[in-house]
Amino acid sequence: MMRLPWFEYRAPETLAEAAQILAGEGANAALIAGGTDLLPNMKRRQMAPRVLVSVRQIPELRRNGSVLGAGVTLTEIVHKPALPLGLRQAAAQVATVHLRNMGTIGGNLCLDTRCNYYNQNYEWRKAIDFCLKKDGDICWVATASKRCVAMSSTDCAPALLALGARVRLVSATGEREIALEDLYNNDGIDYLRRRPDEILTELSVPSAPSNYWKLRRRGAFDFPVLGVAAALIDGSARLALGAVASRPFLVDRANDFLRGKALSDEVIEEAGRLAASRAKPMDNADLDLYWRKDVSAAFVGYALRELRGDDMRETRRRITRYQPA
Amino acid sequence: MTRAEISLSVNGEPVEVTFAPYKTLLELLREDLALTGTKHGCELGECGACAVLIDGEPQLSCLLLALECAGRSVETVEGMAESWQSGAGLHPLQAAFADLGAAQCGYCTPGILLTAKALLAHEPEPSRERIQEAISGNLCRCTGYQQIVEAIEEGARRMADESHR
Ligand SMILES: Cc1cc2nc3c(=O)[nH]c(=O)nc-3n(C[C@H](O)[C@H](O)[C@H](O)COP(=O)(O)OP(=O)(O)OC[C@H]3O[C@@H](n4cnc5c(N)ncnc54)[C@H](O)[C@@H]3O)c2cc1C
Ligand code: FES
Ligand code: FES
Repeated sequence: MMRLPWFEYRAPETLAEAAQILAGEGANAALIAGGTDLLPNMKRRQMAPRVLVSVRQIPELRRNGSVLGAGVTLTEIVHKPALPLGLRQAAAQVATVHLRNMGTIGGNLCLDTRCNYYNQNYEWRKAIDFCLKKDGDICWVATASKRCVAMSSTDCAPALLALGARVRLVSATGEREIALEDLYNNDGIDYLRRRPDEILTELSVPSAPSNYWKLRRRGAFDFPVLGVAAALIDGSARLALGAVASRPFLVDRANDFLRGKALSDEVIEEAGRLAASRAKPMDNADLDLYWRKDVSAAFVGYALRELRGDDMRETRRRITRYQPA
Repeated sequence: MTRAEISLSVNGEPVEVTFAPYKTLLELLREDLALTGTKHGCELGECGACAVLIDGEPQLSCLLLALECAGRSVETVEGMAESWQSGAGLHPLQAAFADLGAAQCGYCTPGILLTAKALLAHEPEPSRERIQEAISGNLCRCTGYQQIVEAIEEGARRMADESHR
């Protein structure tokens, strides 16, 4: 058995109480929602928080109306037709049925960055003298790099970025609402701008025509090695990319170009080129690095053609397998 | 806190159990409740061998803290037969798996049986595609899935027949 390290378990029933515990414990505490990211990482000793603070019982996080509580599960998102399709398509492609029944949207947005040299058990990592992200001094992906290049691997974040979602963070000293893009840093270690004492409580998600395209090896289980999200905001297409940097991001250069333009074949092709030039995958995940970079323009093309109303069902079936009804 | 104590329902029976608080539900079931029908594979969420039903829905017992199961209802493969017509025989899904050769080494079978049971509770007559999607989180290294999908279809038919009788 792969045992978890020891921890103290707290299950506050109110948001205020949870915020108090975080204020007292600081970086020694970790929030646990579905646990589907945190617990594998703890089993591999990538982290060993002294205190686990469960958010399951906090009512604010379970809200499932026009604002979305951070504790809503991915299955609940897939089954909520009122939510924009891009978000539901992203949620439907996360992991597996079982993991979607457990995993929450808040946990998905705060998902740890991933890397082939980091998501390994303790003995494996010790054998290579560890790495920059945990216990070591070298980035084995880019040995000259001062910065950890572990990859953002959340599927829902790109979809929510394209839609222009906002998130609320609450701590014992106050609360703030920020654009989702301001939650992220392009740094594999310090990947969130959430302070250790803050709880992500809810999201507001604008409605818009939208979609999400995910590249992965198998039709289930696998984290994205490329995620392309598109949404139609005020008449202009907007793109976000996932799994090609340490953060998910809005592709500014492509989005500036797309503003106010009809989605002609030529416009789509140029947007694909501009977006692909921003995709900087590293050789730290599944599938061939150069191929992953090459297909990004094609995936942007799928997303924009689907957004324009082309019938992409065949392509989507081939690439996506399962999709929300 | 060196020992934790919770009450929960396991296969319809109320249970009180004391255990080391770092344990997952998988460890609790296998080590403290001697229910070894639930299998441990990867223990990292990557195979589905440990799937059980939590309040009727399939989840992975290897990634669920036992502490978080307080007050919840857990169903394991040991409870499946009993859950169908008071345990007069095997659950129709179990019988169909046996009759159609849907288990080879059997390691994935408990997780798949429970996952299929939850699917049929929502959709008594699922399409082949829905069955494939429902069990896409359960790795089988032996069968190639064909017999598993057929056995779930057969189990669904038998369940419909037996409940109309
Ligand atoms: C085999 C496998 C495959 C997977 N595949 C995918 C995939 O394809 N795509 C994908 O996106 N994910 C994938 N995941 C990761 C994970 O299952 C999902 O991202 C899930 O949504 C995480 O949510 P959770 O509630 O389980 O998070 P947890 O594990 O509970 O938390 C994750 C992180 O977020 C923090 N956190 C949780 N809630 C809050 C909150 N309210 N406020 C602040 N911080 C919080 C935690 O402290 C922790 O650091 C996979 C996991 C496994 C094991
Ligand atoms: S043992 Fe739980 S998913 Fe493999
Ligand atoms: S029968 Fe051997 S893993 Fe499925």
